Amino acid sequence: MINKIVASLEEAVADIADGSTILIGGFGGAGMPSALMSALIAQGARELTVVNNNAGNGDTGLAALIGAKQVRKIICSFPRQADSWHFDKAYRAGELELELVPQGTLAERIRAAGAGIGAFFTPTAYGTRLAEGKETRRIGDRDYVLEHPIHADYALIKADRGDRWGNLTYRMTARNFGPIMASAANCTIAQVRETVELGQLDPEAVVTPGIFVKRVVKTGATA
Amino acid sequence: MKRMDRNQIAARVARDIPEGAYVNLGIGLPTLVADHIPKGREVLLHSENGVLGVGPKPAPGAEDGDLVNAGKEPVTLLAGGSFFHHADSFAMIRGRHLDVCVLGAFQVAINGDLANWHTGAPDAIPAVGGAMDLAVGAKNVYVMMEHLTKSGESKIVERCTYPLTGASCVNRIYTDLAVIDVTPDGLQVVDMVEGLGFEELQRLTGVPLTRGKAAHGAALA
Repeated sequence: MINKIVASLEEAVADIADGSTILIGGFGGAGMPSALMSALIAQGARELTVVNNNAGNGDTGLAALIGAKQVRKIICSFPRQADSWHFDKAYRAGELELELVPQGTLAERIRAAGAGIGAFFTPTAYGTRLAEGKETRRIGDRDYVLEHPIHADYALIKADRGDRWGNLTYRMTARNFGPIMASAANCTIAQVRETVELGQLDPEAVVTPGIFVKRVVKTGATA
Repeated sequence: MKRMDRNQIAARVARDIPEGAYVNLGIGLPTLVADHIPKGREVLLHSENGVLGVGPKPAPGAEDGDLVNAGKEPVTLLAGGSFFHHADSFAMIRGRHLDVCVLGAFQVAINGDLANWHTGAPDAIPAVGGAMDLAVGAKNVYVMMEHLTKSGESKIVERCTYPLTGASCVNRIYTDLAVIDVTPDGLQVVDMVEGLGFEELQRLTGVPLTRGKAAHGAALA
């Protein structure tokens, strides 16, 4: 019997090794898998490369992971925010490498990894500093920049409901990076508000089919 | 001359957004445009974190942390609105499905180059978000900004000195002084605030302007 539901957050993140690349869902606080972040901090894996739209907000979630000095490199589009003090401090101290990627290119690089695409040409960032050193090509009447997929060892995401086959639904704009990140990692771990029996998720409404998900862990409504 | 305040600029931008348009409003100043869309005009707001049909701010106490806009502010969803993941959201942007995006700017050059993400200061922490995608993707890129810097220099320039967000991407510039189209023939003034003459606008702007068809120095609403 397939059962992807694991009993605890600790068990869900137990095998994450030092030096792993981890996709972390969320856009600011919406969709941030904070319970999995807390478990990862307790687990203690270090020298991580993390991918998220931002670089942590406030003192929880990804911000706490950075504060705990477990992150070596961050790939994101919008690190600087009013409440990104953990990132700002680590970055200014030279403790953290930053790869800044335009938001749509970040999303497409993740999608491409999950979809088996080798690389792609995008018009975004052509002629800017974020395209420096990259291959470019004129296709038709436009100029494009070659971008490569972002594969990861793990994806830690937050969904709303999940079943033992790993099917997931999301809640409003907390969906954001969850579906594409789930497809781009060797091991996707989803924290969910609620686990349900097979068949209780409307198949028309499943956003992430279970093939993309390895572990589901229930956190309840508050996490 | 009567400079427009932020809300007046926003109202001027809103006036040009047609019924049925799909629109992305950049974070900061452009979000004000939403408050000025004329009543009865159906315009669908897109937010790049994954929502179409963004509604007004929720009532105090009714905020939901799972329902936010690109500025991470709580919003509501209109009936008929929809949610989608980030790759789909940027397919809408990059795939030229948005009719209009409105962005803030540090500088716009006469050829439509846009600089709005980085001051270039060596100690600044850069952040780009979706600005570069919006700049190349929307069918019409409108910039909304003060005409002059705090020290009185024109933000409309021959060549951007700040790092570029996008090359030759701006279609129209809305400032507190004027509305200016970026055309293959150069910058054409569409509208000026009451009491501002073309010569004075030209002097303040510093790069060559021409009078567009609609530019009579007419009062703005």
